[in-house]
Amino acid sequence: MQYMLLIYSDEKTWSAMSESQIKQVYKDYMDYTHELAASGALMGGSELAPVATATTVRVRNGKVLTTDGPFAETKEQLGGYYLIDVPHLDDAIKWAAKIPTALNGAIEIRPQTDNQAANKG
Amino acid sequence: MDPNGEDVLSKLPAPHKELTETGPLPDDRLRLIFTCCHPALAQSGQTALALRLLCQLSTAEIARAFVEPEPTTAQKIVRAKRKIAIARIPYVVPTEVELPERLAAVFAVVYLLFNEGYSATSHERLTRPDLVVEAIRLGRLLVELLPREPEARGLLAMMLLHDARRAAREADDGSLIPLEEQDRAAWDQARIREGLALLDSAMLARQPGSYQIQAAIAALHAQARSPAGTDWPQISALYGALLRHLDTPVVQLNAAVALAMAGDLHAGLAWITQIESNGDLSTYHLLPAAKAELHRRAGNASAARSYYLQALDLVRNAGERKYIERRLQELS
Repeated sequence: MQYMLLIYSDEKTWSAMSESQIKQVYKDYMDYTHELAASGALMGGSELAPVATATTVRVRNGKVLTTDGPFAETKEQLGGYYLIDVPHLDDAIKWAAKIPTALNGAIEIRPQTDNQAANKG
Repeated sequence: MDPNGEDVLSKLPAPHKELTETGPLPDDRLRLIFTCCHPALAQSGQTALALRLLCQLSTAEIARAFVEPEPTTAQKIVRAKRKIAIARIPYVVPTEVELPERLAAVFAVVYLLFNEGYSATSHERLTRPDLVVEAIRLGRLLVELLPREPEARGLLAMMLLHDARRAAREADDGSLIPLEEQDRAAWDQARIREGLALLDSAMLARQPGSYQIQAAIAALHAQARSPAGTDWPQISALYGALLRHLDTPVVQLNAAVALAMAGDLHAGLAWITQIESNGDLSTYHLLPAAKAELHRRAGNASAARSYYLQALDLVRNAGERKYIERRLQELS
């Protein structure tokens, strides 16, 4: 079962960090990613550039509408993600809890739809 | 979604099946309740699902416990089952470190199971002793499992102190005998002693909670030698404390009755009118019944009569219905 782990945090906490603190966070992420890969659960993932670089696109009446910025202004921003494959939600929760940002931000776990289960609805 | 949901749970993979044979939980049903109360589900969904699947309560009974319309409860259960299937929440027995975050929902399951047994939603008799016995059994297991958790003791104490009155509370025809008319010599003194001792030991931890406070209220009733000897001012104060932990319309109603019984009839009735105007208890028969009781005590027969008639419209349990009918007869 694949789960997307969406990493949310306030980008301001980053800008408030010293260089050595930022180094430490990157090291923690490296260690975590290695552990996740070694377990065989890692399918993909990336850090995302700040929301200031975001572009939002909508198509309305056949027209492409492009706007600067994220689709919604929120206190905490999506800063990265992992895609993992584990047997069930409890394992996804365990991996989410180990993401360094879980300590000051929040991780949203979204299961990939299993079409069979979704259509049963 | 299948109607009973058992298939949904059994179809789920059980990768840690061997854990069901061991672990800190000594009892099958309790283990399953803990398993069902997964923190990834909304708490009311956990509780509703466990009551439906593991305690075999009907959706109507669970809806009454939550004081909400039946479709709302049905929706909660469907939503919980759907999330279990789609997010693949495993049906796995929690480990010891995972127990604490599930306690509130598990306590609620046991409490609501007891409640349905103590005052059945829709039944020919007032009580369903089989449910009471099972809830108390689960309560004892929780105290054994969680010796340092004062709310587990509070919950068991509360159930024992209420259940001590069971024989005196139900007439031969299954109808309700109110507290003030009960033969206090028929109260089970062994249960009362056990409940009081549990409550005392719980309070040593100095971590008050809603179950300990409800047990303390039940203890004051159990210790009163006569209806007139009931310490209503103290009970009223305890309801004030309970509201700080559990501010629900039902607790407000009980607090209002206690205030009236403690001597401030007008303030109590005004409070009930205010709760009524909020609309949350519009189908709850005990609201008009409480007004009827207070007016009857105050000697307002015609007001009492009209509120008893309102309660009669809403009541579904035959034992409670007979009691209201008797009051109406006495007032005519």
